[in-house]
Amino acid sequence: MRLSIWSRLSLRGITIVGLVFLYVPLLVVAVLSFNKADSTLWPPSGYSLDWWRQAWDSSAPKDAFWQSVRVALAATSIALVLGTLASFAMTRFTFFGKSAVSYLMVLPIALPGIVTAVALKNTFLREIDLGFVSFKVGFGVHSIIIAHATFCIVVTYNNVVARLRRMSPNLIEASADLGAHGFRTFWSITFPLVRSSLVAGGILAFALSFDEIVVTSFTAGPGVETLPQWIFNSFGRSKGVPVTNVMATVVMALSIPLAWLAQRLSDSTHALSGR
Amino acid sequence: MRTKRLTGAIGTALVLLLTACGSDGDTATTSAPASAPTSAAASPTSTAASETIAAPGATTAPAETSGVQTTAGAPAAGTPTELGASEGELNIIVWAGYAEDGSTDPAVDWVTPFEKETGCSVNVKTGNSSDEMVQLMQTGEYDGVSASGDATTRLIQGGEVSPINTDLIPNYADVFEGLKLKPWNSVDGTPYGVPHGRGANLLVFNTEAFPVAPDSITTMFEDGPAAGSISVYDSAIYIADAAIYLMATQPDLGITNPYALDQDQFDAAITVLKAQKALVSQYWALYTDQQAELEGGTVLAGTSWQIIVNLAEANGAKIGAVKAKEGATGWSDTWMVSSKAKHPNCMYQWMNHIISPEANAAVAEWFGEAPSNAKACNLVSEGFCDTYHAEDEDYWNDVWYWTTATERCLDGRTDVTCVPYSDWVDAWAELRA
Amino acid sequence: MALPPPHIDVSMTIAITDLEHPTPRRTGMPARVSRFFRRRRRLSLFATLGAPVAWMLVVYIGSLLVLVAAAFFKLDENSQPTTEFTTDNVTKALTTGAFLEVVLRSILIALAVTAVCLVIALPMAFYIAKVAKPRWRRGLIVAVLLPLWAGYLVKGYAWKSIFAPDAGKFAARKGGGFLEATIGWTPGFGKLAIVITLAYLWLPYMVLPIYAGLERLPASYLDAAGDLGARPFRTFVSVIMPILIPSIAAGSIFTFSLSLGDYITPRIISGGKEQLIGNVIDLLQQQNQALSAALTLWPIAIIIVYLIGMSRLRAFENV
Repeated sequence: MRLSIWSRLSLRGITIVGLVFLYVPLLVVAVLSFNKADSTLWPPSGYSLDWWRQAWDSSAPKDAFWQSVRVALAATSIALVLGTLASFAMTRFTFFGKSAVSYLMVLPIALPGIVTAVALKNTFLREIDLGFVSFKVGFGVHSIIIAHATFCIVVTYNNVVARLRRMSPNLIEASADLGAHGFRTFWSITFPLVRSSLVAGGILAFALSFDEIVVTSFTAGPGVETLPQWIFNSFGRSKGVPVTNVMATVVMALSIPLAWLAQRLSDSTHALSGR
Repeated sequence: MRTKRLTGAIGTALVLLLTACGSDGDTATTSAPASAPTSAAASPTSTAASETIAAPGATTAPAETSGVQTTAGAPAAGTPTELGASEGELNIIVWAGYAEDGSTDPAVDWVTPFEKETGCSVNVKTGNSSDEMVQLMQTGEYDGVSASGDATTRLIQGGEVSPINTDLIPNYADVFEGLKLKPWNSVDGTPYGVPHGRGANLLVFNTEAFPVAPDSITTMFEDGPAAGSISVYDSAIYIADAAIYLMATQPDLGITNPYALDQDQFDAAITVLKAQKALVSQYWALYTDQQAELEGGTVLAGTSWQIIVNLAEANGAKIGAVKAKEGATGWSDTWMVSSKAKHPNCMYQWMNHIISPEANAAVAEWFGEAPSNAKACNLVSEGFCDTYHAEDEDYWNDVWYWTTATERCLDGRTDVTCVPYSDWVDAWAELRA
Repeated sequence: MALPPPHIDVSMTIAITDLEHPTPRRTGMPARVSRFFRRRRRLSLFATLGAPVAWMLVVYIGSLLVLVAAAFFKLDENSQPTTEFTTDNVTKALTTGAFLEVVLRSILIALAVTAVCLVIALPMAFYIAKVAKPRWRRGLIVAVLLPLWAGYLVKGYAWKSIFAPDAGKFAARKGGGFLEATIGWTPGFGKLAIVITLAYLWLPYMVLPIYAGLERLPASYLDAAGDLGARPFRTFVSVIMPILIPSIAAGSIFTFSLSLGDYITPRIISGGKEQLIGNVIDLLQQQNQALSAALTLWPIAIIIVYLIGMSRLRAFENV
């Protein structure tokens, strides 16, 4: 489309303003992590590495960080398996209730987190009596993993299903015509094609679980503290905020390559398609 | 066409739901309520047999039966008579600042010494309100709690906590007599926990906004220098503050106890709170939120705790705090052991540790409250126990400790029913919405 | 709750690399198993779909039903559920004026956030997809997505500090937050501040689907419109917008539903003064779970209606 120079410039201007809007708070957080004072007023009264040293010396934020990593890895694994299975079924078969299933998959992210959180908490604390067996899910690390996996499934599902839809069914037919059996076709054709979308979906699911606070705080058991929970608790502690700025800055820095990779893999085909 | 497909989808979803709900729905309706009576019925037998601490899962007697079983002086039936080995772990629900392990301030640590001494590693869950604490205790995942008076009654009546054997807590002997066997920590002479400390909800004010220091609760409810910048504690229990205001300003209503309000008195309190909304700039739930706004000068008056005042003053806030002359609400906290405790031995050791003179003094100074152990006053900084009126019983005469309102009026009236706390909760939610 | 960006739909043209085994091999265990499944489509459907659907039904739908059921039971004096059936909670949740007001307020705020996001996202996505140099595109879109990875809570508190007004003579320290210090104006801690913060949090979710929709739009369409003499504005209204409706609808699902249920942001920003429906549910969850459960019917119903509306705009063909 031919745009006048003014339209181009104003579009560019708006984009720059939008990016500034997106990055100012992050920069404020990063700068305040070097603040001398325990204050969030601007500008900082001076600069020091005190809060970084404190974050490095205390074990709680590091423990919470690794707790989050473990939870996110476990939830992502479950979500990858279930999401991929579902995506294969949804692209391969037509069956009664198919669209209901696709709604079912999206529901946990469309409904507000508080609804999901309250529903899961209410269920986990009940004694569930199935007649032949009676049990209680209870609260611990496992309850967070179950809860996180539930809303992570949709992420992996979405990524893989989109890739499979793009995949020509001819490929599979061709493979079968050439004599490859189902597993062979899966291993040689389907899997390589969806591999990158699996990684991308996995990274996104990991990020989603890693940063989750609402469902986590309703389903966490005693003695479990994920990084967002630690951050939330720190806001409730005197002089807690500066150290959370440090941890937030660290996590932001670590996530840059992951975000880049996820994006690259989600549309890795884009570069090849030459558009 | 599209609509049709969608309707079909929703229809299918409903069918799926209905099939699924065959089993789930049943569990929801029957299992949860059913479990409570069963355990209650089972308890007299299970408790009579227990020599040492009840094993996990064995429930101790609920409130109604314990009264019958107890004889004054002897440990309550169902309580342990001796301590077993440490279980190595302890899960407790605490008010922020009650279980510091040095992670907030390396110098503030009474958890690590306990862990070293007993081998119980402590997992701390901070409860932000009494209601949240009751909720967490109901999950059965925790061994104990530092409960305020508005939670203790609910915990005792709900069977969430067990009576305790104070013989196993040597430091109990040093607790101020004025705090022992009170309505909020005992039933018919049976102790249900160890007193931890107490404090009054203070009226905090900005000294520059108020040239003359206020001393009346009317500051919170009437137009004045702080109008539009008032900070209110965000809990249904705050309705009692409005009742205290009414006790002073509308004696005709006949309120004698802010936790015993009949419907008319309750409605009057809600009317006052609705009018107050115009003056309020903050409803605080996290104490650091109020601290930040006191420092920022965006809150000029409010209901506060001594610890908030101390922390904000340390950061340069120009504030003062008093107990209102009309009286104030307050808290008296109690450590209680869960009836489903998985680590009861560690919990008993914790209860003994936290009211030891050293730990009790450390908590009191850190949190800003009056210690419960008389010997703690020798260990705190000079004048601390005077500031907090630890030994001054007169000071506490007009402090109305948080208590759960019940239908049976707490002030002894029998000709009316009072508004129970569950209705306070609904009214508060409605007021805040 | 921070969510991953909706999926970007791109065409699939990976080269096939591993086809060098064309020889028929129809014996052996794997082949037999796979033939077994190919013949029994229903069984293989069950094998693939069974586990995920069972998980979603049991864990998620089951929990939602338990929640809805909880709304219909009376609580005793200790806020414990009894077996007594009652519709009081639901009636109260659906008819009390104060609750209706908070629901309306939540919807309006969610709509405002969606509108703000749309106004910023449309030109940004258009610039990135169609105006910026191709080699800049990936960098720009990653730049838009990256803030999603920074912690939700930290961003909320960052805005709280940015909005801090200069309280002047009453403050312990002089000066305000970033806005007050740099431009001398701040929206304070009210509804406007909440809308800005929520729009900030969810903006990437709106940019991404619009960007993806624009990417799919063949350049030839735009050229054709131009060749036929349409001015850029006309092209935008008659060619681009209709094609973008599903993308916008998809993005709005995120901005709308995430804003509708958020309770942490309003609490952080307004210090508890401004309440949305999530705050009331959260508050009551600690105190009166039956009424809290009854109140969740509001967001559930609103979101279902919204999803139906958006699926009419073909939002789901994009997500």
